[in-house]
Amino acid sequence: MDFANYDPAGANRSREIISAKIVIAGGFGVGKTTLVGAISEIQPLTTEALMTAAGVGIDDPSKVPGKETTTVAMDFGRITMAEDLILYLFGTPGQTRFWFMWDEIIRGAVGAAVLVDTRRITDAFAPLDYFENRNLPYVVALNRFDDAPQYELEEVREALAISPDVPLVMCDARRRESVKQVLVTVVEHAMLRLQAEHGFAAPVG
Amino acid sequence: MEPRRDPRGALVRPYAVTRGRTEPLQNIALEAVLSCTPTQSAEARFAGHDKYRIASVCEGRAQSLAEIAAYTRMPLGVTRVLVADMVAEGLLTLHTAAPATGFAARMNLLGRVLSGLREL
Repeated sequence: MDFANYDPAGANRSREIISAKIVIAGGFGVGKTTLVGAISEIQPLTTEALMTAAGVGIDDPSKVPGKETTTVAMDFGRITMAEDLILYLFGTPGQTRFWFMWDEIIRGAVGAAVLVDTRRITDAFAPLDYFENRNLPYVVALNRFDDAPQYELEEVREALAISPDVPLVMCDARRRESVKQVLVTVVEHAMLRLQAEHGFAAPVG
Repeated sequence: MEPRRDPRGALVRPYAVTRGRTEPLQNIALEAVLSCTPTQSAEARFAGHDKYRIASVCEGRAQSLAEIAAYTRMPLGVTRVLVADMVAEGLLTLHTAAPATGFAARMNLLGRVLSGLREL
């Protein structure tokens, strides 16, 4: 028997490419697109979805002549990790009334990072509640703005009523290394959560 | 990618390119990756302007549904209907999004993503 052309387990087929995604949430102007752009290999792209039935009653089209649909934009970036593995980073639409879009964005996601601006800390409540309700692993990242009041992490944890098991980190959304650390924290937290759900207590190394 | 040269421009109603269909044949995830071989791309030439544009975007570099929508400047819902048709017609190859179930498969994926990030 000739093994020279032996292809184990379907190596002849075109190689499957697996994609994963991490969600970046937070209020309008908190730096979501900046964060994505700091680490993405492509300029952040924008995908637009049209608000149709889900928007009925929220956006009354009759009040805007000629306007039948509202466009919801979301920004995203890409990190090609291997020939067969791509990580996408999706920013959520800033306006919380576009929940239908959020559901689509988080489906199958590894986890999420909620970006917080200490000048508008209450903007973080909606995404925090949302991820808590959907049982998506998330971390909170405090984006450092030079002119913003500086708080201790624990003060912020208390102000946002973040439970002790949720990681809280400082970050600078403009810096690649800092963003990388936020994403590493998201994945590590997701692994811990998954292990805990399956009865493992050991921490990830 | 060639620049947008669609004479219908923005005046066309978004779902006209799908002949009014708003439900895709399958609900492809935003991050699900699609690829197109030169053979598939050549075939897509005969599948209409919009499908050929989609094929061109994916040729040589696998792209997610979200990227296809962004590069072709079509709304996400419209893109999803066309892409799902193309998968059914064999003009595009759909790759799996992250496995949502199965502890071992999920842990393995998270581990790969984690080391991928650390190596950046």
